[in-house]
Amino acid sequence: MTAKAISQEERFYQLIDKEEKIEPKDWMPEKYRNTMIRQISQHAHSEVVGMLPEGNWISRAPSLRRKAALLAKIQDEAGHGLYLYSAAETLGADREELIEELHIGKAKYSSIFNYPTLSWADIGAIGWLVDGAAIMNQVMLCRTSYGPYSRAMVRICKEESFHQRQGYDILLTLCNGTKEQKEMAQDALNRWWYPSLMMFGPKDDESVHSDYSIKMKIKRFSNDELRQRFVDATVPQAEYLGLKVPDKNLKFNAKTENYSFTEPDWSEFYNVIKGNGPCNKDRIKTRREAFENGKWVRDAAIAYAEKQKQNNKNGKQ
Amino acid sequence: MENSKNWPLWEIFIRSKRGLSHKHVGSLRASDAQMAIENARDVYTRRQEGISIWVIESKNITASDPGEQDSLFDPSGDKPYRHPTFYKLPDELKNI
Ligand SMILES: [Fe+2]
Ligand SMILES: [Fe+2]
Repeated sequence: MTAKAISQEERFYQLIDKEEKIEPKDWMPEKYRNTMIRQISQHAHSEVVGMLPEGNWISRAPSLRRKAALLAKIQDEAGHGLYLYSAAETLGADREELIEELHIGKAKYSSIFNYPTLSWADIGAIGWLVDGAAIMNQVMLCRTSYGPYSRAMVRICKEESFHQRQGYDILLTLCNGTKEQKEMAQDALNRWWYPSLMMFGPKDDESVHSDYSIKMKIKRFSNDELRQRFVDATVPQAEYLGLKVPDKNLKFNAKTENYSFTEPDWSEFYNVIKGNGPCNKDRIKTRREAFENGKWVRDAAIAYAEKQKQNNKNGKQ
Repeated sequence: MENSKNWPLWEIFIRSKRGLSHKHVGSLRASDAQMAIENARDVYTRRQEGISIWVIESKNITASDPGEQDSLFDPSGDKPYRHPTFYKLPDELKNI
């Protein structure tokens, strides 16, 4: 049985066609590798920077239970960052370099984390909307064609559902509370709604990388498709809370069973991406300081490990 | 960036419960084996996913070459007689 010899390249496209995963040591086109590294590292940066807006409220959570839950959620996000940096490393990317690119403002991360968290209700809105939007995207990515990315997504999705529910639970409590508390919840929804819609990326006809990603089965749905799903899933949840989605044109279309809605202000989106959002500079500064201030710990751990190794060697002789 | 100061990469294997093998769950960075186990505990078993952890430095793993997948695994492809279904036995026979 001699299988017809096929080139590495043919083999790669065959695997993609057959819905088989690409694994780290497989041959892959440079464009696929670079697209994957870019997407996974941006995703990793988003998980890490995403801890900052919420970290702002750990010490001010209204009860010990809320504080423990928020801490657990934020700890999960740190883990998500780690899974994703590891996945990027399987492609030959250097983690230090990726982090350096974030710190010098060259690498992108989700624009939503450049908005401030002004009240406790924002922590509810982030869990419900931001993690909700992330879940939409990540559930799709469980089927992405690159094996390590797909496996990271499966782990992440298992953990995400609690994030969204704890957020909604916060808002549910506020909405059943005093008039002021309900207003606080409404204010949070007003501010987070459109930035959440932006999380799915630009409109399909303006999205630069979409075609290739769909063809290579990196993504399975377009930005607009995911955004529509998110709106359809979220609007009834807002109604349940008794909150109003800040969109006068929001309308349910019984025929398509979809909501029509107002697009976010895309000029704001591009402006935030360019670094001009309310918190961009602060986020990067915080990350950079954390990295620099942790350097002595990393160095000390290495020095200790080396000394132990030396001691073990000497002991054995 | 002093690359020499990077913590090495470790592969993590978790036994989820007694009776099952350790299974690869992912990787992480740690300065030594002990820290790799502690970090793996924090990263991969926050929801009781495991009762035992193995760690091994990634550089110590030797992997087969996917480019040689065909020549490596072909020899088992033409030996159907290794499978029980290869042997067609009369239906009346029981317990075989
Ligand atoms: Fe996450
Ligand atoms: Fe999350």
